[in-house]
Amino acid sequence: MNVPIKLTKWLDDRLGLESARAFAAKKTVPVHRHSIWYYFGGMTLFLFSIQVTTGILLLLYYRPSADAAFESVQFIMTEVRFGWLIRSLHSWSANLMIATLLIHMFSVFFLKAYRAPRELTWMSGAFLLFLSLAFGFSGYLLPWNTLSFFATKVGTEVAGVVPVVGGFLVRFLRGGDEVTGATLTRFYGFHVAILPALATALLFIHLLLVQKHGMHVPDSIKGPVKTMKFFPNFLLRDVTGWLVALGALAALAAIFPWELGEKADPFASAPAGIRPEWFFMFMFQTLKLLPAKFGAIDGEVLGVLGFGVGGLLLLLVPFIETKASRRIAMLVMGGGVLAVLYIVVLTVIGYLV
Amino acid sequence: MRSLTLVFIFVIAIFASPETASSQTVPGAQNSCVNCHASADDENLAQPVAKLKNDIHAQRGLSCVNCHGGDATADDMARAMDSRSGFVGAPTAKQIPAFCGKCHSNADTMKRFNPAIRVDQEIEYASSVHGKRNAQGDTSAATCVSCHGSHGITAIKDPNGPVYPTHVAETCGRCHANADYMKKYGIPTDQLQKYQTSVHADALFKRHDLSAPTCNDCHGNHGAVPPGTASVGNVCGTCHARQSELFGKSRHKTAFDAMNLSECVACHSNHDVQHPTDELIGTVSPAVCITCHDKGEAGYETAEFVYRRLAQLNERIASADNILKRAARSGMEVSKASFDLNDARDSLTNARVVLHTFLPDEVEKVIVPGEVISEKAQQAGENALRELLFRRQGLAVSLIVIAVAAASIYLKIRQIERKQ
Repeated sequence: MNVPIKLTKWLDDRLGLESARAFAAKKTVPVHRHSIWYYFGGMTLFLFSIQVTTGILLLLYYRPSADAAFESVQFIMTEVRFGWLIRSLHSWSANLMIATLLIHMFSVFFLKAYRAPRELTWMSGAFLLFLSLAFGFSGYLLPWNTLSFFATKVGTEVAGVVPVVGGFLVRFLRGGDEVTGATLTRFYGFHVAILPALATALLFIHLLLVQKHGMHVPDSIKGPVKTMKFFPNFLLRDVTGWLVALGALAALAAIFPWELGEKADPFASAPAGIRPEWFFMFMFQTLKLLPAKFGAIDGEVLGVLGFGVGGLLLLLVPFIETKASRRIAMLVMGGGVLAVLYIVVLTVIGYLV
Repeated sequence: MRSLTLVFIFVIAIFASPETASSQTVPGAQNSCVNCHASADDENLAQPVAKLKNDIHAQRGLSCVNCHGGDATADDMARAMDSRSGFVGAPTAKQIPAFCGKCHSNADTMKRFNPAIRVDQEIEYASSVHGKRNAQGDTSAATCVSCHGSHGITAIKDPNGPVYPTHVAETCGRCHANADYMKKYGIPTDQLQKYQTSVHADALFKRHDLSAPTCNDCHGNHGAVPPGTASVGNVCGTCHARQSELFGKSRHKTAFDAMNLSECVACHSNHDVQHPTDELIGTVSPAVCITCHDKGEAGYETAEFVYRRLAQLNERIASADNILKRAARSGMEVSKASFDLNDARDSLTNARVVLHTFLPDEVEKVIVPGEVISEKAQQAGENALRELLFRRQGLAVSLIVIAVAAASIYLKIRQIERKQ
């Protein structure tokens, strides 16, 4: 027996590689007209892995304090070899990841892949979406530039309108009454320790459940469904998609390096045109357009509560829409279409106005 | 009897006290001065009442009798304007300084309104050209009311007032820009017109910089005098301190004094002082150096050298700025280099100040560090543009590699699926 075979056997005896290999060889993916959507989960995972890799590299130089954060990112962009590439990849990949995550989520939603027995897969995915938004919000502040500083100020202010616990939430997020260096340190902690730990655990559960239940075949696909082997057929197609994403990321990073802006000055007045990141734009725009009062309730409070309820409904979709009622199914799907339209229209308005 | 006498004296004392009378006399229906003057047909007599509404004195509770004396409680005109009750009426030009100074030169009185207010205006006025002429009986010379007005006097901080910085030139110009009025004094009347074209007027009126000088900042206000040749440097030096100090130590100081040239004015002019450009120094018109220095002289060479070095530094800064802007527009991060370039701009500004030593070595000491900084910024810009090219080339190579890899995988999939 030569060395590689010996080594494989040694590892197999200890890790049970053979069963994993057997599982991979047996695993298949349904092939039908909606199969394209299966690739977006893998694409999101690939972009997440880029986030982890580039994030770790950025950690080597980033300094999380109001005095040094901006300068350290500036140093990464100008002095560190390929620092500009790593930072631009991290920023662009973050945005692409949210985009593919949203596509993945809505495709699962409209193909009703959340139904039993995949409720927990859906819920873990929904939590991963919330975590990704939190990643985006906390990461935005870290370069400590004017735009991110004031956007965080406005963003954390929104938490203040939550009834009863609003004041506590704002102070918890900011580490005080105002956005200061304490907020930066806190957001850094969220961004590089707490959120990654939670995301890793959830991702593990999410992937485990996907393996357990396999790919969902939509109801609209009738009759016997063709399949393809996961390994290597589907995986190689996945890798092709990842390569395309990598190419797109490289082009974006090289042609449009992520801007650094100007260092935040807490004593300066807020500049015109403060905007959150695009994936928060529809919420930001909603709060801006809501009237000050709805009867006795503040418009802003109603907006924040509305988004809270929206998030909860999203989480509970598998329990609201089951196979039991066609009417509810139609209502939920109609709601989904309206939600997509609402998000798109409000985001576009946000950028045009 | 003794106590009755004391009460009587006390009552008389209260009535006789002008302060008591004034404090009870406010403009309005109870004030006989206002009652009569308001309804007077003669515009000159009626005007004071109309103007008094906006007067700072009236706003602080003072009234007619506080300045003019008399008895505002008496309905009878003769009694109200009786000289026995202190009535002085309208003061003559010569009386005006003391008339206003009655209160304004009295620290005790003024303290009641503003503890920090100055009380030396009357003394200062007496030292001014206006004051001296007034004392000689010249009724055309400006007095307090010429600038501050009479019954509609506003606080000096009032932006609508005639002595607010933005109105001072116009106020002085009322007399000094009036050729007929100034004819008998035989002095120029183009100061206002010239001032309006100056860099100082630009700062005051266009940039709304209230610290920019207007007439009184150089000539003084209450003690207004034309600054003489010797004192011009001190006047300009109150703001342009470093230039003034360097000039004072330079060889030009002695030379200018000997030639009876006014130190700053000789090169920069006075009322129409313009924003100084580098062209002001050098050997080509409009350079002022060639007014005195001829070719072959050391001064001529210094002027040529300083101009050339300023132009060189200016050019280097512009070149570095240009390349950094190009790099920034291409998305390169050059904000630090752009920020550092400000130090070179500081060097250039400093050199423009130091040239008042008229010593080439001193100017060179300031120019050289600026050139080093500009050179570094230029390098940073060039590096950024090289890096940009490298990135684009790198991207092209990466995309080719990625495309080849993707195509290989595609072919591999086809190969696998054909076998299956």
